[in-house]
Amino acid sequence: MSDFKPKTLFEKIWDAHVVAQPPGGPTVLYIDLHLIHEVTSPQAFEGLRRRGLKVRRPDRTFATMDHGIPTHDRSLPIVDELAAKQIAALERNCAENGITLFGIRQGADKQGIVHVIGPELGLTQPGKTIVCGDSHTATHGAFGALGFGIGTSEVEMVLATQCLLQRKPKTMNVRVEGKLQKGVTAKDIILAIIAKYGVGVGTGYVFEYTGDVIRRLSMEERMTICNMSIEGGSRAGLIAPDDTTFEFLYGREFAPKGAEWDRAVEAWRKLPSDPDAPYDATIELDASTLEPMITYGTNPGMGMPITGRVPDPDKLGDTSQRAALQKALAYMNLQPNQPLLGHPIDVVFIGSCTNSRISDLREAARLLKGRRVKEGVRVIVVPGSTQVKRQAEREGLHEIFINAGAEWREAGCSMCIAMNGDELQPGQYCVSTSNRNFEGRQGKGGRTFLASPLTAAACALTGVITDVRTLLN
Amino acid sequence: MQKFTSIVSKVVPLLMDNVDTDQIIPARFLKVTDKAGLGEALFADWRYNSDGSPKPDFVLNLQEMKGRQILLVGDNFGCGSSREHAPWALVGYGFRVVISTSFADIFRNNALKNGLLPVILDQQAHSQLVQACQDNPDLELTVDLEAQTIKLPDGRSESFPIDAFSKTCLLNGVDEIGYVLGLLPQIEAYESAHQK
Repeated sequence: MSDFKPKTLFEKIWDAHVVAQPPGGPTVLYIDLHLIHEVTSPQAFEGLRRRGLKVRRPDRTFATMDHGIPTHDRSLPIVDELAAKQIAALERNCAENGITLFGIRQGADKQGIVHVIGPELGLTQPGKTIVCGDSHTATHGAFGALGFGIGTSEVEMVLATQCLLQRKPKTMNVRVEGKLQKGVTAKDIILAIIAKYGVGVGTGYVFEYTGDVIRRLSMEERMTICNMSIEGGSRAGLIAPDDTTFEFLYGREFAPKGAEWDRAVEAWRKLPSDPDAPYDATIELDASTLEPMITYGTNPGMGMPITGRVPDPDKLGDTSQRAALQKALAYMNLQPNQPLLGHPIDVVFIGSCTNSRISDLREAARLLKGRRVKEGVRVIVVPGSTQVKRQAEREGLHEIFINAGAEWREAGCSMCIAMNGDELQPGQYCVSTSNRNFEGRQGKGGRTFLASPLTAAACALTGVITDVRTLLN
Repeated sequence: MQKFTSIVSKVVPLLMDNVDTDQIIPARFLKVTDKAGLGEALFADWRYNSDGSPKPDFVLNLQEMKGRQILLVGDNFGCGSSREHAPWALVGYGFRVVISTSFADIFRNNALKNGLLPVILDQQAHSQLVQACQDNPDLELTVDLEAQTIKLPDGRSESFPIDAFSKTCLLNGVDEIGYVLGLLPQIEAYESAHQK
């Protein structure tokens, strides 16, 4: 065809979901899958109620509880009255609207962090538009889906109409080439991209991660990378679906079955960006020279190779960058030019929608097996879902963690967002496998070093910031 | 939605880049089922000591800043979490305009749905405004959405971009959900054509 216009993966998904394009106005975009949780949905349901409406497509809406729920024994009553009220509200809203709920009482065997259970249940599929009132909805892009976070007003709009009003974002090709060294993981790739290009590079764009490194990653590693697209400012981060994607999805509860599966795969194979499809921008990372990464500051862009030294604000020319770094170092109580290796820590958190899947837990357990965490260091391991927890227990990983002196918890967001009582004390240092090191993110006054599960496990053993490569044989 | 036409107000400067929504409203305040009262929690960890007393040097706690409706901030305001509690807190406190060089995408969307006008200036215009506010902290700005301008008392004026749809919605207090509900026949046609 002479008029063939090569399209990116993003454009193919976008174009297939345009319900209406009023001239000069935003696109009315169809949403295939709406995931909801207890914290950003109650006001949306209240809005529906005021309009006298029900959820239009409960069959395309799935609910879980993750942000505010306890990760201790769930048979006990919930002490936090506000959290209990949100949990009760979600149960009622789902019941009234016929929405499937994976909660802490009903559907509990499939409960988990919303971005862990979507893929785990096979709800997340290539080519779908997926939204949730949570910025880490970017995670689902690992499957070649367009997943992005929305606010509560938009949650209400999707509940009411199954559509959103959206302005088409631009596309940015994030190319990662090279060969990863031992001890360097997907988490280090995304931390390095954000450290290199900053927390605002993706504003107005959707990322598509390409390159031979990305192609060789497992689905869980891809999810770790796409998850933190928002930390680079991009609402969505996509990876073209391939055999790795299809193998992951095959047989999962909500994945197509039989002849439908074959038809789905045939359609999914057409999704990857066409050769020569133009992107609005391209950024690159050479993965061969990467080291394990760690953050030193109070946004995810303030990261460096673990053997590096904390930057010196006086060497920054830009006054606002200098002020930001000074403020961050004061909050972190770190000195310019100091190395982080050897810096004492108080807590290690292994969990979150970034790094709480079975492969993350296996990686951490590999290092902790037969060893004890450093005395005085609190180590919390929080699986991403109830299914991940059960799988880990089948493999005996929980015993490795418990024997090492770590706490083994029920699934939830836990200390990534510190809403449920799992939190740092003021001044404490935590090596965390989560996604945000903002001031107070893990508890008021708490100080976060973001790192991979491998690095976190290494730090748990030594009680100080440690280069995991020195512990790998 | 609360309409926005124009306001005249002095400015609260908070000149930091990358202010994330965890600072605008920390997560522990998200355990609510309504939107009321969140203004009290705005910038809570910068605004209050641990005993709840106000930190005297934080800008919102300065006596002369009370009642101001324009917040002037650095680049990439509202990054991080998608929590709409951030604009709810800003509006609940009394802000109607935030001026920056850029906003995080989700925050910007959320602000527009709550009658909070995100004004984007280019670097030069932003720097000039910051300078003007430093020269005269009691400078009064007129933000006129219809004209898409910020006017200074000395007659200087800066225009700012906003897409026509968002502008119309703000000016008229349009309910966007009501608008999309009006397109239900098209939504149904799409669903039927795409077997959804």
